[in-house]
Amino acid sequence: MTAIDPRPSVIAERLSGVKRIIAVTGWKGGIGKSVTATTLALLLARQGHKVGLFDLDFAGASDHLILGAKGIFPKEEKGLEPPVYEGVKFMSVVFFSENKAVPLRGANVSDAIIELLAITQWGELDFLVLDMPPGINDAALDVMRFARKAEVLAVTTPSLLAHDVLARSMDLYKKLKVPVLGVLENMADKAGPRKLRRDPALEKALGRPEKLLGTAFAKDLARAAARLGLKPRRA
Amino acid sequence: MHEWALAESVIKTAVEHSKAQKLKKLKETGVLFGELQAIDKEIFVFALEELRAQFPAAKACKFKVSTEPAAFRCKACSHEFPLKGLKKTKDESEFIHFVPEMAHTFLKCPKCKSPDFEIARGRGVSISYIKGEK
Repeated sequence: MTAIDPRPSVIAERLSGVKRIIAVTGWKGGIGKSVTATTLALLLARQGHKVGLFDLDFAGASDHLILGAKGIFPKEEKGLEPPVYEGVKFMSVVFFSENKAVPLRGANVSDAIIELLAITQWGELDFLVLDMPPGINDAALDVMRFARKAEVLAVTTPSLLAHDVLARSMDLYKKLKVPVLGVLENMADKAGPRKLRRDPALEKALGRPEKLLGTAFAKDLARAAARLGLKPRRA
Repeated sequence: MHEWALAESVIKTAVEHSKAQKLKKLKETGVLFGELQAIDKEIFVFALEELRAQFPAAKACKFKVSTEPAAFRCKACSHEFPLKGLKKTKDESEFIHFVPEMAHTFLKCPKCKSPDFEIARGRGVSISYIKGEK
């Protein structure tokens, strides 16, 4: 018989204590997915929710920089328990790469994601925020395959290019029957219900969670998240 | 002991597979350890024994563990090479133990130094066979 991969059998179990999975996506690079995902995780944690953050952008992992997380590593306990930083359970490939490049082909990305999903013990969470890589690639397809209850929170920018790519992604999610929680327009010039203003203070606040949460960007995101009904549901 | 999580996946898959194949009794499961991941056999087997209580269908199942040597094929120069002889620190070995794909970060083709190689064999944990009574 062909060899069987045993890992997928336990992924649903590992995510069974997670009430809601929010996949922060946006198919263009550089539109602020990581800052949005990380800030959202911090905001939800500050509201008293149990929150996890999983950086799935292996090639461009940067959530640890946005958090300012240093000197932390998962604990080995019947798998890997993500370390808690600023109230957020955090998992990223950077724990294993010593901040070096991770040059993976698609099939390798898939294998690494399955490995981490199989061994990470998230425990009880109200929200698990997934920071997705740009594009519709192995990571995105694997998340849809394994995290069946994931809801998409799409990020775009006022650019025509980002909007066009977004429209295509929305069409695909509809076909795949993946629920879309909403679309946030980042780098907006004006405030609006689902707009996150371009904030010059943001760059300097990276790596400082308190400062980050004080930016206009974070305040806009907090308002948008409340409108999108980001409240925990039953697991 | 992150081996526990993988042991759980093995015993769960064996039980699910035997149910899908309508086996009356699950007798034996072949477990293959890829050399690259360097799973601690003692810890893994200990975890399997502990997990039997949660999976009664695997109560009498024998788990036969064997190791598959790792083999790599370079995508850049087509050179084929084994794990032996590739340099890595203790920390790097530990990271590869958790996520074998980290091999692409820490190892390179001995001939052309490219990190773009294929792990042809011996990556991680897999099940090679499941035997039982129909």
